[in-house]
Amino acid sequence: MTRLRFTLLVGVLLAALIVSMTFAVMVGSVGITPSVIWEVLFSKIGLSVEATASKAQSVIIWEIRLPRVILAAIVGAGLAISGAAIQALVRNPIADPYILGVSSGASVGATMVILLGAFSFLGSYALSFAAFLGAIFAVVIVFLLARVNGRTSVIRLLLAGIAISMVFSAMTNFMLMTSKQQGGIQAVMHWMLGSLAGAKWSTIGIPFFIFLLVLILLLLNYRQLNALLLGEELATTLGINLDRFRIFIILVVSLLTGVVVASSGSIGFVGLIIPHLVRMIVGSNYKLLLPISALMGAVFLIWADMIARIAIAPEEMPIGIITAVCGGPFFIWMLRRRRYSFGDGE
Amino acid sequence: MIQVKDISFSVPEKQILHDISFSLDRGKFIGIIGPNGSGKSTMLKIIYRYLKQTSGVVTLYEKDMDYMTQKKIAQEMAVVSQETPVLFDFTVKDLVMMGRTPYKQWLAKDNKEDFAIAEESMKLANVLFLKDRTLGQLSGGEKKRVMLARALAQQANILILDEPTNHLDIEHQLQLMDLVKELPITIIAALHDLNLAASYCDELLVMKEGALHKKGTPEQVLTMEIIEQVFHVQAGISKNPFTQKLHLFFYTENIGRSGDT
Repeated sequence: MTRLRFTLLVGVLLAALIVSMTFAVMVGSVGITPSVIWEVLFSKIGLSVEATASKAQSVIIWEIRLPRVILAAIVGAGLAISGAAIQALVRNPIADPYILGVSSGASVGATMVILLGAFSFLGSYALSFAAFLGAIFAVVIVFLLARVNGRTSVIRLLLAGIAISMVFSAMTNFMLMTSKQQGGIQAVMHWMLGSLAGAKWSTIGIPFFIFLLVLILLLLNYRQLNALLLGEELATTLGINLDRFRIFIILVVSLLTGVVVASSGSIGFVGLIIPHLVRMIVGSNYKLLLPISALMGAVFLIWADMIARIAIAPEEMPIGIITAVCGGPFFIWMLRRRRYSFGDGE
Repeated sequence: MIQVKDISFSVPEKQILHDISFSLDRGKFIGIIGPNGSGKSTMLKIIYRYLKQTSGVVTLYEKDMDYMTQKKIAQEMAVVSQETPVLFDFTVKDLVMMGRTPYKQWLAKDNKEDFAIAEESMKLANVLFLKDRTLGQLSGGEKKRVMLARALAQQANILILDEPTNHLDIEHQLQLMDLVKELPITIIAALHDLNLAASYCDELLVMKEGALHKKGTPEQVLTMEIIEQVFHVQAGISKNPFTQKLHLFFYTENIGRSGDT
């Protein structure tokens, strides 16, 4: 991939992102035209002069739809780069951001809040807080289990991730089974499949800054990520302090995934398929893979969320169902393609 | 330049290396020979710091390597190991450029010099014509040469090769050995082919059952007695009439007895 083609691709994806965002704000029970959206946007940042938008339109655009669309972009981009980084960490193409137990840990936290009323003193932040805490707790246990003789073993990381996910899922299921609140159980199911409905300007700040921070940190280390794909031994001989770098990746990725899951539930498939899709287009070099994955993930999730809103309107479909329904067949198509080997090489 | 002092290495319930000591001089081509499981690869892995010895010290320029950063070591030592990566596809060009990793700080870009070094390395290893291909499309021998190009791009003072001629046809075996022999740096190579070792190495280390059996020039080391003791085969020792280097002929007691099979 030449520099020119890369720049072109970034340009096209940025344009697609802006078009998708505009379109996503337009769609909904109250129809809105693109010109109104841009007018409201410009007036909010103090650039526009005349306002033809009604008060109601302005509130819908600014307070409800726009934060939601932006959160969709952040979540999609965050999951995509987390997935890409995790796949380098464990050198395994089936890895996704949840492989270290993030989503199952977060589910336990969320379920405790919804069904048992834990952390109620935190008010409306209780759910996000508990989910984040659960996610980080799960990763810490997985990480400690994977340490042998002062080294982090990749295979143990994967297996500990599976084991801890099972235990935590059992805990969630136990709470669900013993609960008598029908509404609560539904709320948990909804949460686990993911939803961006809770997006507000006040809640998207943290995910945004964490996403930006992690993206920059990963981009600064793209050489190390590339070297990691060559295997432990080669990475070591290229001057990488393997253990320290692995801890760094686990740290930043769990931070980002934890924050993302806390704000939107555990939306599946994005973190797995987007990095593969992007590899098919730009190759495995993380210098290109990371930014393109972020853009693709953002666009993908904006559309998924849009479909989630309108598919069974006025009800909302959990977005996790959409990503799986769209992502599954697409992934199968990729699987059947000869040209992309999923890292198998042979 | 490299000193290995009383190195032992154990994994649970098995000692792999026993009290090995030797020192290696700058600019020499050093071969490590020995049967399967004699500890050649383990010894190399300890020298290039992938494994950590259980006891003993390895020094480089009289500095304990335990206290050198991985990055510093990578600037001094390049390695072509036995493992060839296949996971995820990189182009040959990208892969060779990775040899420049040890010289890169956080925000550093790949500059003209890096590209020139990568190109030169690919030329040396005879893989320049493959530069836009991906690794998955290459044969075993081509992959090996690409890995060598990557190591050359590291521009280290020491090149470590673990059975570099595996998977190579005879032309590329000799081409590779000629190429590394010409390099003005220290070469340490684990070799299976004793005749290759005899023709190219200045010095040989013979390993047997995790211990250093003998160290010396090919003439001192490749004797009938040592071959018999270490490899358990009979050897006839002669000279290659074209290169004037030692040449060994092997046989066992069984085929040695003519006509009696």
